[in-house]
Amino acid sequence: MSGPSDYQPSNPALQWIERRLPIIGLVHSSFVVYPTPRNLNYWWTFGAILSFMLGMQILTGVVLAMHYTPHADLAFKSVELIVRDVNYGWLLRNMHACGASMFFFAVYVHMLRGLYYGSYKEPREVLWILGVIIYLLMMATGFMGYVLPWGQMSFWGATVITNLFSAIPYFGESIVTLLWGGYSVGNPTLNRFFSLHYLLPFLIAGVVVLHVWALHVAGQNNPDGVEPKTEKDTVPFTPHATIKDMFGVSCFLLLYAWFIFYMPNYLGDADNYIPANPGVTPPHIVPEWYYLPFYAILRSIPNKLAGVVGMFGAIIILCFLPWLDSARTRSSKYRPLAKQFFWIFVAVCILLGYLGSQPPEGIYVIAGRVLTVCYFAYFLIVLPLLSRIETPRPVPNSISDAVLAKTGSRSTPMVSTAIVLALAASLFAGSIDSAKASEGSDQPPGNKWSFSGPFGKFDRGALQRGLKVYKEVCASCHGLSYIAFRNLAEPGGPGYSVAQAAAFASDYKVKDGPNDAGDMFERPGRPADYFPSPFPNEQAARAANGGAAPPDLSLITKARSYKRGFPWFIIDFFTQYQEQGPDYVSAVLQGFEDKAPEGVTIPEGSYYNKYFPGHAIKMPKPLSDGQVTYDDGSPTTVAQYAKDVTTFLMWTAEPHMEARKRLGFQVFVFLIIFAGLMYFTKKKVWAASH
Amino acid sequence: MTTASSADHPTRRDFLFVATGAAAAVGGAAALWPFISQMNPDASTIAAGAPIDVDLSPIAEGQDIKVFWRGKPIYISHRTKKQIDEARAVNVASLPDPQTDEARVKAGHEQWLVVIGICTHLGCIPIAHEGNYDGFFCPCHGSQYDSSGRIRQGPAPANLPVPPYQFVSDTKIQIG
Ligand code: FES
Repeated sequence: MSGPSDYQPSNPALQWIERRLPIIGLVHSSFVVYPTPRNLNYWWTFGAILSFMLGMQILTGVVLAMHYTPHADLAFKSVELIVRDVNYGWLLRNMHACGASMFFFAVYVHMLRGLYYGSYKEPREVLWILGVIIYLLMMATGFMGYVLPWGQMSFWGATVITNLFSAIPYFGESIVTLLWGGYSVGNPTLNRFFSLHYLLPFLIAGVVVLHVWALHVAGQNNPDGVEPKTEKDTVPFTPHATIKDMFGVSCFLLLYAWFIFYMPNYLGDADNYIPANPGVTPPHIVPEWYYLPFYAILRSIPNKLAGVVGMFGAIIILCFLPWLDSARTRSSKYRPLAKQFFWIFVAVCILLGYLGSQPPEGIYVIAGRVLTVCYFAYFLIVLPLLSRIETPRPVPNSISDAVLAKTGSRSTPMVSTAIVLALAASLFAGSIDSAKASEGSDQPPGNKWSFSGPFGKFDRGALQRGLKVYKEVCASCHGLSYIAFRNLAEPGGPGYSVAQAAAFASDYKVKDGPNDAGDMFERPGRPADYFPSPFPNEQAARAANGGAAPPDLSLITKARSYKRGFPWFIIDFFTQYQEQGPDYVSAVLQGFEDKAPEGVTIPEGSYYNKYFPGHAIKMPKPLSDGQVTYDDGSPTTVAQYAKDVTTFLMWTAEPHMEARKRLGFQVFVFLIIFAGLMYFTKKKVWAASH
Repeated sequence: MTTASSADHPTRRDFLFVATGAAAAVGGAAALWPFISQMNPDASTIAAGAPIDVDLSPIAEGQDIKVFWRGKPIYISHRTKKQIDEARAVNVASLPDPQTDEARVKAGHEQWLVVIGICTHLGCIPIAHEGNYDGFFCPCHGSQYDSSGRIRQGPAPANLPVPPYQFVSDTKIQIG
């Protein structure tokens, strides 16, 4: 994309096209012969990773839109049906949902790399600003996409974020109404968010083209921050950068696949498995992790307008970075002070992110304010000042000099990263303990689940017993509306035959109709029917249960969790610990105590449960020993019932879990082999140029 | 470096390149499959395509009803004696899509004609009890079907298809 191409294809047909539309020449000059600095490190492959992720998100998004229904009454269910019924729907959904997180993770690395190596400096200011625009578009897209499943967090996130605009003086309220298309977040909001969520990625792709164009005009920056001077400083893009980027992407795929197959819900919020309810707000409204630092800034400023300005300012300020930092030396590699402040800034961002996930009270508020000041100080004070007072180390004459001089100094960024992470981790570890202590609720003992871990499978016996417990006990109050009778005969389920599932279905009476005469009628259930709810509608359910509607149990194990914050994240990442939900359900079932302990009073009409948050639960103790008979000789105790029914509910929440883990294993074997091949191929390609 | 020395062996290097390319191709093809497979009918659609029972007792002679199975309209006609005779009197060899009436109904239940009501021309829904042959008439491009649902006149190439069905009892059929 830099100037006219001297590319001349030998094929006459291609020549004919090239004379009229020099697109092949464009690709050739941009991605084949394009000179790449030969000292690029792996932080540079995040550009390729981002292109890959954008393509992935568009591809999976287009597919998901084929199955999704953008209607307030149907959206939640349509997402559940994608995951349950569509061929590979669970995979495509995980790819898209985890993909958003991966996309943001990659973009943050990409941005921090730019920050560290001074990629925003002359002559790359426009390139950098285009990047900030892409980032803003990504934020808007990610936010609107998160709204689409129409869960509790979606709905309340949409409410909170759109309400930000009400801070605008004079016009605020009207703007918010305009955004909603109604008196509150509702169906029109969902419709327009869906439309825009589909549109914006194409705008992003457009700006990415500009971003790459600007990149190819200015040339790539590099870790030493000196411009390539001679031929020796560069290598042709293909095969060198191509193969290196492909190796980078294949390593990134390993991380991505880990989330897709082994912890797809880890980065999401459990509350989003509860259908949107305009009448109840979740206790803490938290955005997805990638917005947390900005959310923390928003909350730190005790004035509505100022908070909103602060939050948007925190992003917009990046546009002015090329002028705020006027240092001549680009790369922080040669700026001892800038390097240290950079890592402090990274730590500030991580800590802000952590604070954003915590309730806005006590020490968190104060820490948030301090860090908000630090965040802005980095841009407004530190960088301008450093560019005046800092004496940088001498910069190498040329890239090839730098490559030749390369010694052990390469490892410093790694060491600094480790130090920053360790510091952040120890801080988090301390604060999490105190947060837990102030909550004061009992953490239940963890359970051993047959389905946990990468090779976990459901225990068929437990599923069958759990179904029995559900049918005889839970079904009198709770529905299971996302599970069809046919699911009982599917692979990965309780292991019933098709005939058994049909027989099971025919025990139920299902409301159907209207028939030819226009009447509703009852008929025996068929395999295609869903488990009927015990109550005709929510009002009836409320009336029969003292005002609290019993939740549908299909997703209960996904919709409930205990808090597991930062330090645990590291452990959970490796152990794939996903069992908060089932632990929660089984603990609640076993936590009932006849009398509240001394000094604890619970409201009239509720029961004491030591594991239920707040301890007062409207549901009376549902299970007691010997209540359900088991044919297989398993103990008929509450503990066993709780375990069995929780296992069953875990299956109803994700009938394809076994398929997910099985495919995950195959994908991992493939990816590891592929990344290995890529690595050696890359080595071969680069060996020739050294 | 050992790997650098192996650069002198083009065969080994080529093998590496080919293996990497092949792995990429296999992985790409495998990754494509979910994107194609998702277009196929989903599990709920397939389950909803299960056989249906239809009670014939309320259908009077000379009447027909339309039921839906797998999203397709199924005509169930209770044919009159006259209609049956007409259908059987035709010289089968003269038909565009030769088929006897006996082959299109169940023995012992000649009065019941069950056909998929989708015109074999371009998929419109023919109107029952219309047209010149006491059968079906497709208004789209003027195809005429007789009382056995066989094409007699017009652009449609084939007879109205008979769906899979059987008599569960004298007054009840199961389609599918
Ligand atoms: S579709 Fe029936 S005649 Fe053309």
